[in-house]
Amino acid sequence: MDFTRLKPSETKQHLYLRPHVGFRQDAWLRLKKNRAAMAGLTIILIISLLALFGPMFSPYSYSDQTLAKANQPPSASNWFGTDNLGRDLATRVCYGARISLSIGIVASLINLGIGVLYGGIAGYFGGRIDSVMMRIVDVLYGIPLLLYVILLMVVLKPGLLNVFIALGLVYWLRMARIVRAQVLGLKELEYVLAARVLGATPWRLIFGHLLPNSLGPIIVTLTLSIPEAIFIEAFLSFIGLGVSAPMASWGVLASEGVVTLRSYPFQLLWPAVAISLTMLGFNFLGDGLRDALDPRMRR
Amino acid sequence: MIKSVISRIFSMTLVLWVIVTVTFLLMHAIPGGPFTAEKALPEAVLKNIEARYRLNDPLPKQYADYWANLLKGDLGPSFKYESRTVNEIIAEGFPVSAELGLVAVSISVLIGIPAGMAGALYHNRWPDHLVMLFATFGISVPSFILATVLIYIFALWLRILPAAMWGSPEYVILPALALAGMPTAFIARLTRSSMLEVLSQDYIRTAKAKGLAPIKILWRHALKNALLPVVTYLGPMIAAIFTGSFVIESIFAIPGLGRHFVTSIYNRDYTVILGITIFYSTILVIMNFLVDLAYLWIDPRIKMDGEGRN
Repeated sequence: MDFTRLKPSETKQHLYLRPHVGFRQDAWLRLKKNRAAMAGLTIILIISLLALFGPMFSPYSYSDQTLAKANQPPSASNWFGTDNLGRDLATRVCYGARISLSIGIVASLINLGIGVLYGGIAGYFGGRIDSVMMRIVDVLYGIPLLLYVILLMVVLKPGLLNVFIALGLVYWLRMARIVRAQVLGLKELEYVLAARVLGATPWRLIFGHLLPNSLGPIIVTLTLSIPEAIFIEAFLSFIGLGVSAPMASWGVLASEGVVTLRSYPFQLLWPAVAISLTMLGFNFLGDGLRDALDPRMRR
Repeated sequence: MIKSVISRIFSMTLVLWVIVTVTFLLMHAIPGGPFTAEKALPEAVLKNIEARYRLNDPLPKQYADYWANLLKGDLGPSFKYESRTVNEIIAEGFPVSAELGLVAVSISVLIGIPAGMAGALYHNRWPDHLVMLFATFGISVPSFILATVLIYIFALWLRILPAAMWGSPEYVILPALALAGMPTAFIARLTRSSMLEVLSQDYIRTAKAKGLAPIKILWRHALKNALLPVVTYLGPMIAAIFTGSFVIESIFAIPGLGRHFVTSIYNRDYTVILGITIFYSTILVIMNFLVDLAYLWIDPRIKMDGEGRN
């Protein structure tokens, strides 16, 4: 029997080998296939655009009071209606998006900074440093954190900056644990040993090698902590401890809407829909990212 | 086992000490005394009040006194309501909150676990999609919004349930549902994902191969292992339901501990804030401890070193 050599174009090899794609591209491809995640991403993009540009196109400002036009139902001039002081609700909801989104993002970034640094150091150095640092995290973990955010807000007085501080100070624990677990596993790998042999400093090892390779879980945790921060701010504003009037986060709008629920339910509807949609968007995206970035899911 | 229980008790004590100290310092870090806001008070009256509440003592002495009273179970008097002590407020509000919380926890467990199991059993088919859709909505809608929607539908529109207040059993339904929403969704997601993981393991395949009925595999073999992550979530869930009830109790005008807490924040009634925070935290820490014990008892593979919890 004779064997003839096939040209590469004639083989069926391409059917069995997957094309070479990098990790990021691969993750993006898988994310794109996930309809819920893409829906989440779309919601987030739309709300971010509304937050950025919505107030610019509105003829009203978030604090313009027109008492003659109080409690108007939705109409051509006020798409979402007006509140009990005659302020345009569409503008206030867009403006609230700015505040709520920036709280979600800034608070999560503060958590990211503290958590990554803390977890990275504990995981890298290990041993006694690790066990002391993680014992502290364990103790803090036993504390009902929301209570302490509330207490911090009582001490700090309501205000946007203080919401950042209170949330940032309290909610970094989960990030620290996840980063530490990642680093702990990664540092035993050969490439880290190789880098160390070549004389890399601990600083370079942590920031140049270990953390970039833990990026997947970090991004997922970050995405899922944004809706949490938005929720907590809404909660705080709802009990009067969030941002202060006349600023309007969604929590403030919701708590104002509850007062007039019986007569003007639409005043609660818009902020409620805005909060829920945003949290939904981030949760969908976070779930999708977890599936897309988890190497075990790679086929 | 005994060693790990002792080490948990030790760390619980440490947590409680941190809680009391941090809360105490936070309350004293508030600029100005609790009575400085009321400008009408003459100097002498202020002095008298401060002496009565021993605010003139140096901080370490106040701290020591607070501990001494705390160990006797005395949380001190209320700043705002002359004749009431924090203990009385807690004794009055806690049973109400506990009842509401218990109903909410039961709802979450009784709906969340079966829903999550259904999702795992019909993986990637319509029951799964339905459960995941509801569960994702559930974790996206804050309790205070769910509460107002429920009030609007069942109390204002259909008029079949009371919109607020407390009393006979039908008053519990709406607030308990509102409180249970997010934990139910979370439990459903948790049960589903851990059940999926368990179902893909070899011992389940063995059980299938030897011809066991699916329902028996599920009940006898899969469920126990699948529920372990749910047990770990019980601690944080109880915390979430308790703190969630601050807002829910305010919305529904329920005379529970949560509403007292929110009122004391409005009133800047520091001893009540301090007392309720310590009380709540203690309960939650003890709950967490019990959950850990239950976990140890259910799953002998786990060593209690704090690594298993998330």
